[in-house]
Amino acid sequence: MFYREAGDFKTSYVADSQTFPIAFDRMRYYLVLAVAVGIIPFVINDYWASAVMVPFLIWAIAAIGLNILTGYCGQVSLGTGGFMAVGAYACYKLMTAFPDLNIAICVLLGGVITAAVGVLFGLPSLRIKGFYLAVATLAAQFFLVWLFNKVPWFYNYSASGQINAPERTMFGYAITGPNADAAPKYLFCLAFLFVLAWLARNLTRGTIGRSWMAIRDMDIAAEIIGVNPLKAKLTAFAVSSFFVGVAGALFFSVYLGAVEVGEAFGINQSFLVLFMIIIGGLGSIFGSLAGAAFIVLLPVLLKNVMVGSLGWDTAIAAHFEFVVLGGLIIFFLIVEPHGLARLWQLAKEKLRLWPFPH
Amino acid sequence: MKKTLTSMAVAATMVAAPVMADLVYPSLSYRTGPYAAGGIPFADGYADYFTLLNERDGGIGGVMTRVLECETGYNTQKGVECYESTKGEGSLVYQPLSTGITYQLIPKATADGIPLHTMGYGRTSAANGTVFSHVFNYPANYWDAASVAVNHLLGEYESLEGKTIALLYHNSAYGKEPIRTLEELSAKHGFELTTIAVDHPGQEQKSQWLQIRRERPDYVVMWGWGVMNQVAVQEAANIRFPMENFIGNWWAGSENDVIPAGMAADGYKSLAMHSVGDDFPIYEDLKTHVFDKGLAAGAGDQHGTVLYNRGLYAAMLAAEATRKAQEIHGVADITPAMMRDGMEALEITEARMAELGMPDFGPAFSVSCEDHGGSGAAKIQQWDADTQTWTVISDWIAPDAEVINALVTADSEAFAAENNIETRCN
Repeated sequence: MFYREAGDFKTSYVADSQTFPIAFDRMRYYLVLAVAVGIIPFVINDYWASAVMVPFLIWAIAAIGLNILTGYCGQVSLGTGGFMAVGAYACYKLMTAFPDLNIAICVLLGGVITAAVGVLFGLPSLRIKGFYLAVATLAAQFFLVWLFNKVPWFYNYSASGQINAPERTMFGYAITGPNADAAPKYLFCLAFLFVLAWLARNLTRGTIGRSWMAIRDMDIAAEIIGVNPLKAKLTAFAVSSFFVGVAGALFFSVYLGAVEVGEAFGINQSFLVLFMIIIGGLGSIFGSLAGAAFIVLLPVLLKNVMVGSLGWDTAIAAHFEFVVLGGLIIFFLIVEPHGLARLWQLAKEKLRLWPFPH
Repeated sequence: MKKTLTSMAVAATMVAAPVMADLVYPSLSYRTGPYAAGGIPFADGYADYFTLLNERDGGIGGVMTRVLECETGYNTQKGVECYESTKGEGSLVYQPLSTGITYQLIPKATADGIPLHTMGYGRTSAANGTVFSHVFNYPANYWDAASVAVNHLLGEYESLEGKTIALLYHNSAYGKEPIRTLEELSAKHGFELTTIAVDHPGQEQKSQWLQIRRERPDYVVMWGWGVMNQVAVQEAANIRFPMENFIGNWWAGSENDVIPAGMAADGYKSLAMHSVGDDFPIYEDLKTHVFDKGLAAGAGDQHGTVLYNRGLYAAMLAAEATRKAQEIHGVADITPAMMRDGMEALEITEARMAELGMPDFGPAFSVSCEDHGGSGAAKIQQWDADTQTWTVISDWIAPDAEVINALVTADSEAFAAENNIETRCN
């Protein structure tokens, strides 16, 4: 009916190869953007920012990062938490060493430093793949967390080993620190997610993205047709780590404000991001967002329903949350092993034929 | 099951009527996760004390109290979520029972004007009230604890010259806190300090105890929490380390830590920031007004344990500060800002504790604008595996104020400089 291609003519290559070729999709995308930029900042409060929106935006960036590496390039990684820690500590060192440096630049440089570290740990991927690579990246996870715990220089020799984000402003609004309001924090993270998602989308459909996917689908065949595996794999590690590093920097500076490496960037976080992209859909930008939303928002929603509305005992609710979340993950993966993104795509295909299916 | 249903019903009525004028005490509890064994009794004690006040006295100063429980699982992200979701309900004071969450909340709560009471944990230098306006860590903090442990050893020996002390610590902000103090004290008293880290959650300690066995320190001081403690006590027993020379801080001295090791844990010592057991008049009131009415929080099986008592103690200090605030401002339904003033003017005397049915339960102390840290005194308790009881074996031991105050001032002033905080109390 209203969701269709008929009558939606493309007269140029540019129009034909755009991200949202169907007019309705495009309008929906603009609508989401308009709500995100035009409405949410004016109604958001501390609770919605700290508990819901900011973590969702940050995890979405991390999920896109891991999706580039695992979903697009086929390199399994369990080091996400460690790379997030690199981003966070790099950002912290920059923030404290150069107090006048803009926070956005600190975050970006945190990403750049993480990209360098990611390439370093990506080197083994040229020799090993699959589970073996997963174990190598797992080593990165443990090594990096150990390093940030062990060497006092990284936490500026503070007594407790914690790092604290000092207050930094942008356009006169506090972004980090306790006096930051909900809206600036939200918009800051939203801007990062918007730009990075755009970047990721365009990278993945360009030359680099094609070479990543060629490597993922069959590396030997890719090499035969002229894809350079060294370049493809290391760029995938670099870009992916950049995203993850930016997410880690935001996670520390904007979201939590104080971080203890073992707890905030432990192995659990690596698994969490991996679950996000598996549930959301490997090799899909939308899937990364959907997966992050599922993993971050659902527990908060469940908690509010069970404790807030139904008045359950908090311990029972906490245990039941695990059960429901686990059950839903199993359910989704049985119904659609390719994740929420594939489910969404199927729904769209059905809608395009509706009301006259074959 | 019946108990669960009643507690669910109670919770439901609480949620249904949130607009009543009442005094709200959020409880960032953890009844799940690797530290649940410590979180459950504390949360039960905290809730039961307020239930007692409601049932027996009709609240504090005629206003009913309400405990808002929020499950954190000892996880900082969930702790932040809990804080944000409860702060709008007129929450008077936060007690996170987690050093990690405390570090998150110190700047946030200060900006929001809500006091934070981190009793015996959290950021030690918050004892300096001139820098930390909304953070209180009376009656004692980690650096006091480290000093009390050393002073206890000084009482047993003429001198610590040439002795070795090993610090076995949880490799986190919590565990790292005492290192600086112990280094200072080692310089002052001439003992040798080795620090041995155990990673979260602490089930794996074989290599650490191998090191202890090889180095044979005269004493092992432990900064552990949760499952780490019981593993350490068991490992110490395995290498036949003399239990009398093994001393935990106050978070490493509950029943959970020693019962799993059985008879081998006999003689294990730990610090105690309050008295142990249920031989206090308040337990009679609790029995009449709370337990017998089926209003006990949780499973109701934690009475008299060390951490249940700590929950009671924390709640008692919060309630006393509320009374003080009501007295200062002359209003019964106080705000978080008034609560802060009450905490700053708090004075706990022997007589008052006896009145509350908790004679000699905790140290007598008073809080002032400059000093948010309390007396810092602690006792030593020892485990008797035969009768499965903790026995207090010392009187209140005062910390080395000279060393601690210098450290607190240095650390808090560094914090103030970093964050552009103007000192107050002038």
